[in-house]
Amino acid sequence: MLIIQNEELRNLSLSGHVGFDSLPDQLVNKSTSQGFCFNILCVGETGIGKSTLMDTLFNTKFESDPATHNEPGVRLKARSYELQESNVRLKLTIVDTVGFGDQINKDDSYKPIVEYIDAQFEAYLQEELKIKRSLFNYHDTRIHACLYFIAPTGHSLKSLDLVTMKKLDSKVNIIPIIAKADTIAKNELHKFKSKIMSELVSNGVQIYQFPTDEETVAEINATMSVHLPFAVVGSTEEVKIGNKMAKARQYPWGVVQVENENHCDFVKLREMLIRVNMEDLREQTHTRHYELYRRCKLEEMGFKDTDPDSKPFSLQETYEAKRNEFLGELQKKEEEMRQMFVMRVKEKEAELKEAEKELHEKFDLLKRTHQEEKKKVEDKKKELEEEVNNFQKKKAAAQLLQSQAQQSGAQQTKKDKDKKNASFT
Amino acid sequence: MSVSARSAAAEERSVNSSTMGQQKNLEGYVGFANLPNQVYRKSVKRGFEFTLMVVGESGLGKSTLINSLFLTDLYSPEYPGPSHRIKKTVQVEQSKVLIKEGGVQLLLTIVDTPGFGDAVDNSNCWQPVIDYIDSKFEDYLNAESRVNRRQMPDNRVQCCLYFIAPSGHGLKPLDIEFMKRLHEKVNIIPLIAKADTLTPEECQQFKKQIMKEIQEHKIKIYEFPETDDEEENKLVKKIKDRLPLAVVGSNTIIEVNGKRVRGRQYPWGVAEVENGEHCDFTILRNMLIRTHMQDLKDVTNNVHYENYRSRKLAAVTYNGVDNNKNKGQLTKSPLAQMEEERREHVAKMKKMEMEMEQVFEMKVKEKVQKLKDSEAENLGKEQEEREDLLNSLLTTSYVLVANMPAWTSVFVGSV
Repeated sequence: MLIIQNEELRNLSLSGHVGFDSLPDQLVNKSTSQGFCFNILCVGETGIGKSTLMDTLFNTKFESDPATHNEPGVRLKARSYELQESNVRLKLTIVDTVGFGDQINKDDSYKPIVEYIDAQFEAYLQEELKIKRSLFNYHDTRIHACLYFIAPTGHSLKSLDLVTMKKLDSKVNIIPIIAKADTIAKNELHKFKSKIMSELVSNGVQIYQFPTDEETVAEINATMSVHLPFAVVGSTEEVKIGNKMAKARQYPWGVVQVENENHCDFVKLREMLIRVNMEDLREQTHTRHYELYRRCKLEEMGFKDTDPDSKPFSLQETYEAKRNEFLGELQKKEEEMRQMFVMRVKEKEAELKEAEKELHEKFDLLKRTHQEEKKKVEDKKKELEEEVNNFQKKKAAAQLLQSQAQQSGAQQTKKDKDKKNASFT
Repeated sequence: MSVSARSAAAEERSVNSSTMGQQKNLEGYVGFANLPNQVYRKSVKRGFEFTLMVVGESGLGKSTLINSLFLTDLYSPEYPGPSHRIKKTVQVEQSKVLIKEGGVQLLLTIVDTPGFGDAVDNSNCWQPVIDYIDSKFEDYLNAESRVNRRQMPDNRVQCCLYFIAPSGHGLKPLDIEFMKRLHEKVNIIPLIAKADTLTPEECQQFKKQIMKEIQEHKIKIYEFPETDDEEENKLVKKIKDRLPLAVVGSNTIIEVNGKRVRGRQYPWGVAEVENGEHCDFTILRNMLIRTHMQDLKDVTNNVHYENYRSRKLAAVTYNGVDNNKNKGQLTKSPLAQMEEERREHVAKMKKMEMEMEQVFEMKVKEKVQKLKDSEAENLGKEQEEREDLLNSLLTTSYVLVANMPAWTSVFVGSV
């Protein structure tokens, strides 16, 4: 079979309205009917205002019990919500870092966060690798944006902040924000922002860049970038300003209006995060962060794109090669186990033989000792028997003498006795 | 597959959404209603691609129809249509054109099959088509499976226009054979070509007959999706009633009643291409380009490609053996499958190891016990002997000691 490819790409002009300019609308309609999903990770110390900011951003009250400072470690809590605005349905998941910054030793604080992000990538990867998969209605749990809450110290980033952001910057889109910005005076704020940005740059932390490649949004994105990190104030309380109710925080010295751009950058954050770049955040997560994770994971598992001769592998070849490798490994393991076992048997045999030999030797020694003893005992016995014999002989001789002596003695005694008796008559 | 897959997907979607988060009401404008605009913007920047295949015997007006559909000279004297390029064997050839409209850029690939159905013996003339479609799936699969993935060009065939000759009777065996073999690989849209040779009644009959035969042979042509919109569903029903679409194409513009229209001039009148009462061309164009182009791409991606992929990967994992036995496990990836096999093997080996250990221990115990027993036995014997000996010695000693005083006295007495 011959496939002739007409490689030349022709630009043709149309003599009328064909109608494929509706393609973007067809795509949008399909996406809208499926619904969108967006996952935000909020990283920040306990009490820094994460929950309040989410409530303010999304104009609703997400239930959350304020966390205590007594958490033994950092754990991540994810909650999902269904929101709708005109005909757009959004599945929003907010992931909170509970206990962040509360421990005395914060060396491992970043770990649960990284693990969570990786786990979501892993889940997607597993789905993607399945034989029978359904990616088009997969509930995407990958984190699209990470809001990093910086404490309003007014000086610089904490070392925990730098460490954590450095660990996260290749895994998620980081948008740094200064929390509770109503505690920083205007002149300090500018210095604080510069210090933060320069620290991020000098430590090589890659934060999310608002895209400037599309002409429609390039300008607004560029203008907004200048104000990073956004200094935000959150509030769900409303205060009467003029003749309108507005979200604000009331102090004795004045009212901080959340949506007043002179007071804080809340509006800028909302603009960038939701109204302009939400889709770009999702796209970057998928095409950059996820691809990086996938590449590392596959390389770890031993997949390569080209064989040693730099020829590209086909998927089938790769899988077959993996399978053969795998089977080979299993066989090797089995062999090893057998060999080890044979060796052990031999060792044990040798041991037992040794033990047997020892026993025999001991036994022989014992026997010999016994033999010696026996001989001694028999000698002794002979000696004793001899002595007994001697005694018997002597006894016999002595008895003879005694009886002889007795006889003569008896006669004498009788004579003596008679004499004695005669003297008395 | 396409039918059940579509409905299954819709079901899954509704299940998914119901098991998710709580509903929240917004007390003010947030702004994510702007998301569709963001998607729109990005898609325009990215541009669009579409691959359309045209299949049919030569002379059925395929090139003319394509030119009419896209209002451009895709096929021209410099770039002749398939009927002018017939070789000895069936070829599958593609040509790419870039067209722009309203700021939207479309990279259109037209794949045609010169020689299809034109030989005397047309056995297997569909094979080159199948091979082409599969090779495009294969390319995409390999690109998707690379470790380093870049922009993946999508050359998969997203729609196949199948031209039926206007015999007026029914489908030819070749038509049936082709559609049966390709309906699970590509979206087939059957068309009645050169419909201006049929009167409306003949056309009606012909369509009925064709649809009957399609159902009889269980051929799955492209299905229009159900939507939530009542209006849209009504339109879809109207289209469904007119399947297969009877089309007429034309490269020439004729003046009719002061209007300039595309049409075919006959002595008895003008057959207008875009007149809904003359033919279904407008329906085809609207459906193919203006309303369902995205869906054709989606069905290709989510159904036809996934079928190809799962068949391909299942074969690799089980090496073509016991595919049916393990069908239930196709939800795993081949790697996960291997992991599980590895774990099973490790468990098996552990068990084997344990058993061997047990046997080993037992044998060792036996041997040790035997040794102990023989040692004990021997020792015992020795002990006995020794004891006997000692006992006899003792007895003799006692005798001696016992008689000592008697004999001593004897000695003393005798002195």
